[in-house]
Amino acid sequence: MQSLLLGISVVLVLVILFMIFKLTTLIGVAKGSKSDEDAGSNKVNAGLMLAFLIVSGIATVWSSVAWFKDYHIPIASEHGEVTDQLFWITMVITGIAFVITQILLFYFAFRYRHSKKSVAKYYPDNSKLELLWTTVPAIVLTILILYGLKVWNNVMGPAPEDAEVIEVMGAQFAWRFRYPGEDNELGRYDYRKIDGSNEFGMDLSDKNSFDDFNANELHLPKGKPVLLKIRARDVLHSVFLPQFRLKMDAVPGMPTQFWFVPTKTTAEMRQETNNPDFNYELACTEICGKGHFSMKKIVVVDEPADYEAWKKQQKTWLSLNPDYLSQVPEDLKEMAMISANIEDNESKDSSL
Amino acid sequence: MSTAHIELTDVMHDDHGHHDQSFISKYIFSTDHKTIAKQFLISGIFWALIGGILSLIFRLQLGFPNMDMSWLQPFLGHWINVDPTSGVGKLDTEFYLALVTMHGTIMVFFVLTAGLSGTFSNFLIPLQIGARDMASGFMNMLSYWFFFASSVIMFSSMFISTGPAAGGWVIYPPLSALPQAISGSGLGMTLWLASMALFIVSTLLGGINYIATVINLRTDGMSFSKLPLTIWAFFLTAVIGLLSFPVLLSAALLLILDRSFGTSFYLSEIYIGGEALPNLGGSPILYQHLFWFLGHPEVYIVLLPSLGITSEIISTNSRKPIFGYRAMIGSMMGIAVLSFVVWAHHMFVSGLNPFVGSIFVLLTLIIAVPSAIKAFNYITTLWKGNIVFTPAMLFSIGLVSFFIAGGITGIFLGNAALDIQLHDTYFVVAHFHLVMGSAAFFGMVAGVYHWFPKMFGRMMDRKLGYIHFWVSFIGIYSVFFPMHYIGIAGFPRRYYSFTNFDAFSSFTDLNAFISIAAGVTFLAQLLFVFNFFYSMFKGKRATANPWKSNTLEWTTPINPGHGNWPGPIPKVYRWPYDYSKPPTEEYWEKMTEEEKENWPDFIPQTVPYSETPESNLPHEQELAEKEKKEDKGIEIE
Repeated sequence: MQSLLLGISVVLVLVILFMIFKLTTLIGVAKGSKSDEDAGSNKVNAGLMLAFLIVSGIATVWSSVAWFKDYHIPIASEHGEVTDQLFWITMVITGIAFVITQILLFYFAFRYRHSKKSVAKYYPDNSKLELLWTTVPAIVLTILILYGLKVWNNVMGPAPEDAEVIEVMGAQFAWRFRYPGEDNELGRYDYRKIDGSNEFGMDLSDKNSFDDFNANELHLPKGKPVLLKIRARDVLHSVFLPQFRLKMDAVPGMPTQFWFVPTKTTAEMRQETNNPDFNYELACTEICGKGHFSMKKIVVVDEPADYEAWKKQQKTWLSLNPDYLSQVPEDLKEMAMISANIEDNESKDSSL
Repeated sequence: MSTAHIELTDVMHDDHGHHDQSFISKYIFSTDHKTIAKQFLISGIFWALIGGILSLIFRLQLGFPNMDMSWLQPFLGHWINVDPTSGVGKLDTEFYLALVTMHGTIMVFFVLTAGLSGTFSNFLIPLQIGARDMASGFMNMLSYWFFFASSVIMFSSMFISTGPAAGGWVIYPPLSALPQAISGSGLGMTLWLASMALFIVSTLLGGINYIATVINLRTDGMSFSKLPLTIWAFFLTAVIGLLSFPVLLSAALLLILDRSFGTSFYLSEIYIGGEALPNLGGSPILYQHLFWFLGHPEVYIVLLPSLGITSEIISTNSRKPIFGYRAMIGSMMGIAVLSFVVWAHHMFVSGLNPFVGSIFVLLTLIIAVPSAIKAFNYITTLWKGNIVFTPAMLFSIGLVSFFIAGGITGIFLGNAALDIQLHDTYFVVAHFHLVMGSAAFFGMVAGVYHWFPKMFGRMMDRKLGYIHFWVSFIGIYSVFFPMHYIGIAGFPRRYYSFTNFDAFSSFTDLNAFISIAAGVTFLAQLLFVFNFFYSMFKGKRATANPWKSNTLEWTTPINPGHGNWPGPIPKVYRWPYDYSKPPTEEYWEKMTEEEKENWPDFIPQTVPYSETPESNLPHEQELAEKEKKEDKGIEIE
């Protein structure tokens, strides 16, 4: 990569030096006849147009090939395969338009540089030509729209019933995860119940919250649909999982969601990338304050069996914070202690 | 020449009963559109330099994250955190956000809206439509001074101890509403909002004036179908601004209420700083809708004037009519209308209902069609031209290149399914810096080179202009083209550093390269600033029509006085693009070699068809007959 950077820098410097050289040689001419000066620099500029086209064309092709593995990050979700395919199809179609128009632009600039002998063609319009380049882009765009909307509707469609529900909450400047526990139902929350321990503001009058547990890493099962329920506690944040091609804002007061199917475990990805230290990461992509750039969490994709085992090991939030049993209505206390897996004597201790 | 000119302006003054103006009424509280345009231009240059310097500071951080920045401490004070043991200075992470916020605000509003429209709409509308001045010179003056007051407030916000606004130029609440979330949302944000409120007043005063002037003050014969594309562009821009800026004002007003008066338009269920706020029921998404209802048209508010300027310059310097004049107007109208119905494509992953998102995909990609037409028409205008590379022409060609490069990536971002991955990454940064930032900036610079002789009666130095162009052009591509790669790799915007993430650990060399390229590009702009101010006083004296252009402004004296034309305003007979119009075949055969060689390659708008029977097309010959009759009719009366 450095060699190319060096190359581009050298070209840049050469262009500058050439211009300055041209400038000094033409200072003499400038004092003489005016038309000579114009004709001279006109040719130089025309030549530079062509040179720019060629050099930048080479640089573009070279960089897009050489850096491919740097910018093409692996895909780890089902819908990611589909959106990436759309991405590359769009890249080819627009790439063709880009190359043709840029070549015409710079080539025409070079080819039709001013000459005393030539006369410009008086060519104010041509309806057929204009109709052509109205309809062709319109048709191509229609195809891209239809294809894009099909993909979009599939990705954004309702999550399957059996999806694993996980809550992701953004707060300055960390992500927090809440799992629904055995019942696969997240308990209700109320932001007014948030405090130092009850970071999610769990409403303990809802029996679904008894077996909920928090985690410091986002664990996901491979091959199963996962529904992320996303919210924010203070300002906007945005959940970004680059390898899963997943992004969704976290909005205070308005829960959002995104469902997807992870396709590669962390271990598989370590093999694929030849990087034994590889980890999926969760990043924030909505400006949220001075720690915005550091809102990172590790994401672990497990084989379904490992995932279930991991879930089993997790302690429910209520069992880790038995003080909060006092917020549970009397008639649900027993149920809470069973769901939350709290030993009897512990609860007695805490209620004292 | 100069004596003649003084006489002419004297005549003009007598015409209007003017007296010698004092320095203050001539240069400061002037109601002359030309002076106001220059005021906007010089303010715009000032702001562009400030905006550029801010970007250099954050590019240093991004390109060289390990750099010791303690040398910046004399300028930035407590925003550089110096480690007491090692003495190494680091840019404050929050100040980094303030830098990107102010860079965006300054460039979008103060440079590319006020600096661009304020300069060229003011300068060119009366001169190109044949008017003595704007419809209301006083409102025009107010427009500048509201902008000035807004500038003073925005500038002063950079020097307060809690720092300027730091929530991104889009100032999304709740971040922008809560000082406890970021210190820039304290006094800094209050000043930002106050400044923008004044700015909007300035834009509206200007816009109403531009619209009224174009509709009412066109000279005899200057029908809408004979207007230069510059004027069409300024006119449509003013219409867009007039319809969209008030929405930004209402968005800002609701934000002010939320910030200071306890309302909950944008706030709901917030727990911050160990406290649950009482606000319930508001929606941060509402703000985003209101903001982008301006924000997206704003893209065209900065782009259309540049496209208009480019149309004029490319046609003049290709010595060819602009290809597809009517299609150019049609596509600008299409863009103007569509620009109001695409705003939510900024919000595909904001939690917007996916069905609403899909409607905006459709509308967004439709807007690519008129944009494509414009690009093809520029290219066809170059085809078989006789191209004179003035600095203005170079910058215009550069604009077309940027417009294509940046426009094409819009097709990715407008497709919601692709936006999931690309949203808020460097891909977006690359996209809008090319298509709206650099393209609009190149249009503005092209305009300055092209109309400098009309503004100051002198020429800017060509050679410096060439160097300025090539370094800027290559520099800007070096900065923004590689950002596409960084964006496809998923690097998020507004990140102080990427070292926390393994996923974003590549491209460190490339980021350094981009920063160097940004520095070189900035230095080239200093060349322009030097050229601008030097040529204002010491430049070669301009001739009356240095680019051999057809439009009306070149029929004024070299230094036009208040009122623009010393005598009566010229009448207009034809469209502004009769470049290299050939003689009819019949006439061509009769011409001598010498006549053929000296055949003029331009016919100004003020030349009646009756004077050019050699080149008139059949339907123009009819117009010529009509002209003759009309002239006789007037004589009889």
